[in-house]
Amino acid sequence: MKLELHSVDYVILCVYFIFVLGIGWILRRYIKTGEDFFMSGRSIPAWVAGLAFISANLGAQEVIGMAASGAKYGIMTSHFYWVGAIPAMVFVGIFMMPFYYGSKARSVPEYLKLRFDEKTRAFNACSFAVMTVFSSGISMHALARLLEQILGFDYHLCIIVSALIVLGYIFLGGLTSAIYNEVLQFFMIVFGFSPLVFLGLKSVGGWEGLTQKLSAVAANPNNPAGKAFDPGAWTHSWVNMGSSHTNPMGVEWFGMVFGLGFVLSFGYWCTDFLVVQRAMAANSMSAARRTPLIAAFPKMLFPALVILPGMIAISVQYDVGDFLPKTPDGQLDYNMTIPAMLAKYFPTGLLGVGITALMASFMSGMAGNVTAFNTVWTYDLYQSYIRPGQSDKHYLHMGHISTVAGILISIACAYAARSFDNIMDMLQLVFGFVNAPLFATFLLGMFWRRATGHGAFFGLMAGTLTAALHHGLTLPHGAVAGIKGGWLVAGHAVHVYPVEMAQNFWAAIFAWSACFITTIVISLATQRTKSDEDLKGLVYSLTPRITDRDIPWHKQPATLGIIVITAAVILNFIFW
Amino acid sequence: MNLDIRLPMGLMLAIMGAILTMYGLFTRSDPMYARSQDININLVWGAFMFIIGVIMVVMARRAMRASGDK
Repeated sequence: MKLELHSVDYVILCVYFIFVLGIGWILRRYIKTGEDFFMSGRSIPAWVAGLAFISANLGAQEVIGMAASGAKYGIMTSHFYWVGAIPAMVFVGIFMMPFYYGSKARSVPEYLKLRFDEKTRAFNACSFAVMTVFSSGISMHALARLLEQILGFDYHLCIIVSALIVLGYIFLGGLTSAIYNEVLQFFMIVFGFSPLVFLGLKSVGGWEGLTQKLSAVAANPNNPAGKAFDPGAWTHSWVNMGSSHTNPMGVEWFGMVFGLGFVLSFGYWCTDFLVVQRAMAANSMSAARRTPLIAAFPKMLFPALVILPGMIAISVQYDVGDFLPKTPDGQLDYNMTIPAMLAKYFPTGLLGVGITALMASFMSGMAGNVTAFNTVWTYDLYQSYIRPGQSDKHYLHMGHISTVAGILISIACAYAARSFDNIMDMLQLVFGFVNAPLFATFLLGMFWRRATGHGAFFGLMAGTLTAALHHGLTLPHGAVAGIKGGWLVAGHAVHVYPVEMAQNFWAAIFAWSACFITTIVISLATQRTKSDEDLKGLVYSLTPRITDRDIPWHKQPATLGIIVITAAVILNFIFW
Repeated sequence: MNLDIRLPMGLMLAIMGAILTMYGLFTRSDPMYARSQDININLVWGAFMFIIGVIMVVMARRAMRASGDK
């Protein structure tokens, strides 16, 4: 499938890039200290931090992937938002931000050092640093491959140009530049994809027409899931979740709510420095706490922008046929959902806006990872273990160097991803093992003063090993032993999950529980190394409560949280 | 912060909106609008982006003037 761009489309794309680099250029004057570069001088207003918070997460893999899931599973994909994001975002804003922001930690690993000990921090900082540069490289690779595929651009040129642009604006303006560009990207996505949804819905006869067409898809035994379901399977999010066999996603409600809604979602939103860094840059405690809550509002509505196009695409595919392109092995290529929609509905001109939105989301995904990487590298690894006690200027300089290094490693990763598909899958698998138990450590750290450094460290190890073990013992249905699991038992899996997603959810549940229990047991068996005085501002029961009484209601985190949760519950009921 | 994000943001949207609107005006009866179901979406959406962009710039300038008065 090829899209054709005309000069007006290129002009729009250029306007975007001029602004992106221009923002970096203007902001360079304000970067004087390390705190300016790595933490935006803690001066970002709440709404800007909030939009950046959501944008940093809304990489292109998310846009492309959620549209693909929308086509494959329908409205059930919204669980990744209304269950798998909103509650965790409210929790991090109301309950955890006081410790992140109030402790004056400069990064998430640094919080772990203040709360637990050096080894827990080192483990988290190393795994996180590696993970972010790889994610940045994967974004870069995905962008270049997509542009090569749909526009016929040269792969190497795409890599170089995107690397130079991202390098340019972060090098000049640091985190502030990344955050401002994330806000820019947020608006590009909204303005680029809203007309897509509007035109798409109009062409299938509105929501009514879409429901009708999707019930035909659900009843068709040749649908994406390969078997017929209830007619409402694509347009109801909960009614078919009683068993994993009655819905196209192949997961049941318990695994989804606990695996995705609790472990994976809280593990990501509450501990991932990539997003937490945006809130830490806010200009006050109140603004930092509101950041994830402000972000929750657009997050709640994003299913309309990213899932709905997938649902429209699959309904058109089964209604008219020949809409989505096929992969070499004859399967529908769901990752082409958004490009196919752009090609079908957008005329020249608006197409430029759509393509710009897509590129913007790839690049801000890279930039977010690079800013998180340079901070963790400089503060948590370089300053802590390599060259402590240097001047601020020295570390600012290191920030610039690590930005360049981060981009260079990303490029190497992009090429690695291009040549060896399996290596990337493997790395992502290992990152999954490391991430799954993290939330247990933070939960115990913040709310149980008895948790010790040894407890936290060995808890994390136990959780990671459990995730690996679970993966080695189980398989998704129809898969062969290897990267998909079952490698410990040569394919005679102890348990076979209906789909890979169910396996992931359950792996997370086991890893979290193992970490939670191990941390408690080892903490009780070891001496505390931090006194109550040391833990002030780091643990809930030892920190003075923040009173919100004297601020207006629309700025109170608790009030905002209640509004967000209520709205999310209502959305779940509407699409029940 | 020293740079109000609404200023570059609004400028960018206004410029993009203006380009789309102009392009929409010049291509009024182009057959490519069959794709957007005979709506001149460039004109409509371009104008909308332009207006939102201008509003942002105005808001940013007001805020700057207010802080300049202090």
